[in-house]
Amino acid sequence: MVGIFYLSAVVAVLSTVLMLTRQHVVHALLYLIVSLLAVALVFFSLGAPFAAALEVIIYAGAIMVLFVFVVMMLNLGPGSGDPAGELRGFSQWIGPLLLAAVLLLELLYAVREMAVAPTGQGVIGPKAVGIALYGPYLLGVEMISFLLLAGLVGAYHLGRRGGGEE
Amino acid sequence: MIEIVRHLVIIFGLLFVLTTVSAGLIWLERRLLALWQDRYGPNRVGPFGLLQVAADMIKIFAKEDWIPPFADKPVFVIAPTIIMVATFLSFAVIPFTPGIEVVSLDIGLLFFLAMSSLGVYSVVLAGWSSDNKYSLLGGIRAAAQMLSYEVFMGLSLMGTVMLAGSFNIRDIVEAQRGLWFCIPQFFGMVVFFIAGVAETHRLPFDLPESENELVAGFHTEYSGIKFGMFFVGEYLGITLISALITALFFGGWLGPLLPPVVWFALKTFFFICLFILLRATYPRPRYDQLMAFGWKVMLPVALLNLVVTGGILLAKGA
Repeated sequence: MVGIFYLSAVVAVLSTVLMLTRQHVVHALLYLIVSLLAVALVFFSLGAPFAAALEVIIYAGAIMVLFVFVVMMLNLGPGSGDPAGELRGFSQWIGPLLLAAVLLLELLYAVREMAVAPTGQGVIGPKAVGIALYGPYLLGVEMISFLLLAGLVGAYHLGRRGGGEE
Repeated sequence: MIEIVRHLVIIFGLLFVLTTVSAGLIWLERRLLALWQDRYGPNRVGPFGLLQVAADMIKIFAKEDWIPPFADKPVFVIAPTIIMVATFLSFAVIPFTPGIEVVSLDIGLLFFLAMSSLGVYSVVLAGWSSDNKYSLLGGIRAAAQMLSYEVFMGLSLMGTVMLAGSFNIRDIVEAQRGLWFCIPQFFGMVVFFIAGVAETHRLPFDLPESENELVAGFHTEYSGIKFGMFFVGEYLGITLISALITALFFGGWLGPLLPPVVWFALKTFFFICLFILLRATYPRPRYDQLMAFGWKVMLPVALLNLVVTGGILLAKGA
């Protein structure tokens, strides 16, 4: 499982880099999908199959389809210009690079101090996840459902037609 | 060592059987449609026209594999493989008999849902990469249709998961020893079946490829073996949904007298025929009717089914 973990982690990082450097929107989205699938495999190799399945169903299978759908609706074909054209200059990258460097330092520190949780602690099944979600994390689940409801009401309001037409 | 060989035999045996079955379904569908429409259907090549499949396959393999110059080549080539891979992977978690199963996953049902949600990309990317407005329209229709019907496809299955107390399809089959879930989960079964028809974009829900408005929809530009993959992929999808209905609602391999594999095959065959009968019976709805039916009828039914099942289970104190 450790081998699978490192392999899929490398795939995830590589495809994310490729996603960032693609000129073409749909190709970038495809690399992002590959990256999400690789992250799902990372979860799986760490013993969290439920999280892996949800990653594929929700991120790779639903949210990214919506992205592709929007790209198709707007018809952002090859002739639609360079979407990342304004990000080519180096000055744009200083801020993100600094922030990423802080994260990298934190990561290196954590690895050095062995503060990371050891892998292979056994498999967390769907039942354990459910018990955790509706036990100690019940408040978080309820808050998120509020957030989703607000999003739903907002989308309904935005999508409503002005006149009495229905 | 023997374990590994056994697994390999099961995997390659399943690949062979499933490909053959889904290719054979093309013949079956044409014959059955002909029967229900009072005509002959393909009956010239071989006994009962059975060799029609072989003839079609030879034709498809030998045809020029043409990629339109205006298409987005890499995506155009990947698209038809996605549906084959995703559908074949879904079969990995289905227990055909107690002995014939590729992998017994604790998240089996979720794995199926994940793979079926990845299958959407096949149609969507095919429609987009063809760079043809009819294909694009087909792809857009497919994206919206499959995304919507996926929602209650998942919800309709949760009733069986609650009754069985597991996502593992083997456990779900074992839980049906006393009573098949088609009775306590009748509404779940109906919703799943309709969502399954929409997921495989079969008639009456074949709006992504409705030939009288969109030429051939998302696969207009495809020919040769790539078109063949879409075609066989569709029949693989039908087989998959039929096998799942069998396993989740009709007791899988359970049944008296006959050996388990025969029961599974018989039940699956029945649902495949039902798919074809649907095609012979119903006209295609308008696209807005399809979406309205999904969100205004199927979703409430699936949610109600979930609430009632949960309530009854709670009341029983299970």
